[in-house]
Amino acid sequence: MKIIVIGHGMVGHKLVECLAQDAAHGLDITVLCEEPRPAYDRVHLSEFFSGKSADDLSLVEPGFFERQNVLLKLNAKAVSIDRAARTVTVSTGETLPYDRLVFATGSYPFVPPVEGRERADCFVYRTIDDLEAMQECGARSKTGTVVGGGLLGLECAKALRDMGLQTHVVEFAPRLMAVQVDEGGGRVLRTKIEELGVTVHTQKNTTAIVDGENGSHRMQFADGTHLDTDMIVFSAGIRPRDDLARDSGLTLGARGGIVIDNACRTSDPHIYAIGECALWNGQLFGLVAPGYDMARTVARQLLGEPAEFAGADMSTKLKLMGVDVASIGDAHGTTPGSRAYQFSDERKQVYKKLVVSECGKYLLGGVMVGDASEYGTLLQMMLNRIELPEAPEFLILPQSDGKAKPGLGVDALPAAAQICSCNNVSKGDLCAAVCAGATDIGALKCATSAGTSCGGCVPLVTQVMKAEMKKQGLAVNNHVCEHFPFSRQELYHIVRVEGVRSFGELLAKHGRGLGCDICKPTVASILASCWNEFVLKKEHASLQDTNDYYLANIQRDGTYSVVPRMAGGEVTPDGLIAVGQVAKKYGLYTKITGGQRVDLFGARVEQLPFIWEELIAAGFESGHAYGKALRTVKSCVGSTWCRYGVGDSVGLAVELENRYKGLRTPHKIKFGVSGCTRECAEAQGKDVGVIATEKGWNLYVCGNGGMKPRHAELLASDLDRETLVRYIDRFLMFYVRTADRLQRTSVWRESLEGGLDYLIDVVVNDHLGVAAELESDMRHVVETYECEWKKAVTDPETRKRFRHFVNSDQADNTVTFVEERGQIRPATPVERQAKLVSIPVVVETV
Amino acid sequence: MNNDRLPRAWTPICTLDDIVPNTGVCALVNGEQVAVFHVNRHEEDTAVYAIENFDPGSQAAVLSRGLIGSLGERIVVASPIYKHHFDLRTGECLESPEYSVSAFATRVEDGQVWVAV
Repeated sequence: MKIIVIGHGMVGHKLVECLAQDAAHGLDITVLCEEPRPAYDRVHLSEFFSGKSADDLSLVEPGFFERQNVLLKLNAKAVSIDRAARTVTVSTGETLPYDRLVFATGSYPFVPPVEGRERADCFVYRTIDDLEAMQECGARSKTGTVVGGGLLGLECAKALRDMGLQTHVVEFAPRLMAVQVDEGGGRVLRTKIEELGVTVHTQKNTTAIVDGENGSHRMQFADGTHLDTDMIVFSAGIRPRDDLARDSGLTLGARGGIVIDNACRTSDPHIYAIGECALWNGQLFGLVAPGYDMARTVARQLLGEPAEFAGADMSTKLKLMGVDVASIGDAHGTTPGSRAYQFSDERKQVYKKLVVSECGKYLLGGVMVGDASEYGTLLQMMLNRIELPEAPEFLILPQSDGKAKPGLGVDALPAAAQICSCNNVSKGDLCAAVCAGATDIGALKCATSAGTSCGGCVPLVTQVMKAEMKKQGLAVNNHVCEHFPFSRQELYHIVRVEGVRSFGELLAKHGRGLGCDICKPTVASILASCWNEFVLKKEHASLQDTNDYYLANIQRDGTYSVVPRMAGGEVTPDGLIAVGQVAKKYGLYTKITGGQRVDLFGARVEQLPFIWEELIAAGFESGHAYGKALRTVKSCVGSTWCRYGVGDSVGLAVELENRYKGLRTPHKIKFGVSGCTRECAEAQGKDVGVIATEKGWNLYVCGNGGMKPRHAELLASDLDRETLVRYIDRFLMFYVRTADRLQRTSVWRESLEGGLDYLIDVVVNDHLGVAAELESDMRHVVETYECEWKKAVTDPETRKRFRHFVNSDQADNTVTFVEERGQIRPATPVERQAKLVSIPVVVETV
Repeated sequence: MNNDRLPRAWTPICTLDDIVPNTGVCALVNGEQVAVFHVNRHEEDTAVYAIENFDPGSQAAVLSRGLIGSLGERIVVASPIYKHHFDLRTGECLESPEYSVSAFATRVEDGQVWVAV
């Protein structure tokens, strides 16, 4: 059977995925995609502006379209349909026959008929091509305005703000997100969005766009006011793309949309329509979950099974510019006889409302703005018609101390309860997968696809997983190793609270056995973070990995590399000459690192103290390249020299590097400081990234390069130096306190419950009330800094450990170098074998 | 691997104080590199172990610089390069038995550490 799918968006691709799972049915599928790239994740489109690439957003698994029975045609727009002949003509000129045709054409952005809307630098927000055009324009703009204060409009405002534009939102209605939230919710939402630096204009009817004075456009409003802006994005709602269906004579709704029945069939039984272009029961669905449901409905029929689409719940929870917004069921209380409970906290900017049935027993709907933590519970209560507790108001009231919130334990949910609506995963499916061995969230996502689309259900999925594991008697074990029944975070807490000063003490009180190569360095790092004693002090020395023990980086042949600190990548000519002279004297291989300093390789343990002495004499100190500690603060040259720079990035980098040098952390950390938005220091790929703005410094955190690159996220903007340093103090110490061992900030951030908002709450808003403590912990580390190399060479007890043999001054005879491109390198085993022949002679002559 | 070569001879290496508790040192004994470890649970429980210093996994003479620990009942050192564990009593490599090394007898007399290689 030949199937043609018109449109390769999220819903079109879901259909193809469902069909492709079963190649046995002899389906021959052709997908027509008018865009130059296959399906991508439109739900997370705004992440394109916070660093995700088009590839990151792709929904297509590598190799997916290599299978025999599915053909994807890119840049191929369906232009006409001959229903009698059952053929589709494509923009490429081809005419393709079909047995079944599926419309998955989605929607297009509605642009209000405003005079001047065709001007240059006016955009819509729909495809990656649109985004690329916006990005190009954003780079040369100062202000940007979004027309439309709905869900997409606010997403789009976030995108403009992420590009560093002064951002405005213009809305026709009296409040933001008028469809999903009520007046009270809209008020809180507006305050929150405005706090983030976005200017909101409501009840503004744009009548014309003309040339502006303080921007390339001037938007004129019906009330006589105007707004000047450099770019405009229209996001005033969507309309179903039904033009081709209309031309083909299919039945459409009065206000558009391809009419479908419960089987998702159009007025032509050979043609289906799914997703945003389809009109079911007089209803259009602009969310991905119902679209996926329709895709599954059609797929099952094409595979020969009966299936029906039964409508969808339009509840949503999302995060708009970090503001939680949720809308459940009958949010506006339109059901006759319904009653509402409302709670509003204007100080914390939280608004919550419950709509309950006339009898008071059932939940009909709700609105949450500012905090939507109860969304999962409330949604399940509504969907499963679970009877409300005696006093339903406590469901949304803040918890007072000691009183537990009347929750709905996940145990109360029936097995059929749908937990992930995007991928139609029930509680029963999750439990079955947990029983089959998926006992961490990653494995569970893999096994069931739950939480892999919008991600909104992940907290609930986690709860179900934990409850099921508990039921199965499976321990959720995060112990560092067999010697301590604690996680790193718990060990940190014990060390701190009990004032534990040594590994021996900790092991005696809380551990067993001798310890091992996992817990020893972990505890060493915790002790160093807390008390900052010399790492080679007698009771700490035996805990250190060889890198920390020898204060240098071990290489494959057992020699070490040495990296002197060059804060901010700044080095004097004399300093550079001194480093060169040391390298030359000891015959070290010399290489420039990615962190803007110099690495000297091939040093033997007995040479290290001598090398350091010479470096110290030339004014250098340890670069901590060997430690799970601050490595470097990379910088661009900044406003001092660069004609584009707006901030002194080198000066700040030097200050930051000198402040945090020596701080022991769960894993290595790297900083970057850029002097302007051109970002030459690549600060957004670092654990801590700072970028100069006209008004101060923007602070980015939790970025990473390496194996799994992650774009850093904006933690706070336009900070003065003092606030910046304070936030970094808090951020780093919070990471030190709570991360797992060897967990980079990027992974830590991914696993942080509550995500970026929680981090902002802790670091910026001091939600936990620990900011002063974190700062004082950091102050202690900063004040007690000592150069470890200097300490090692001047302390005779330590220094005497730097020899290869305890009973001889000879060098390690297994270390052999050969020359390559004018420098040394370790010999390969074959080369070494050839050289080893001469070694006994050397040994005998000594 | 040296068992069938020379009769073993006791050689004094260093004093026990020369080895920081729960670390190792490398000794040169008849041209061989020997890793000697001082394992110290508490004051009264001190033991000294010796195995070859050369790590067959990484092809580098580094075992004396590994971290000492216990895995179940075994007392082990973790190679600092690829973290293979070697049983200090037998030289057995836990992860890859083909990388096992020789173990040597040790004794401590009047604070002096002796190894039989």
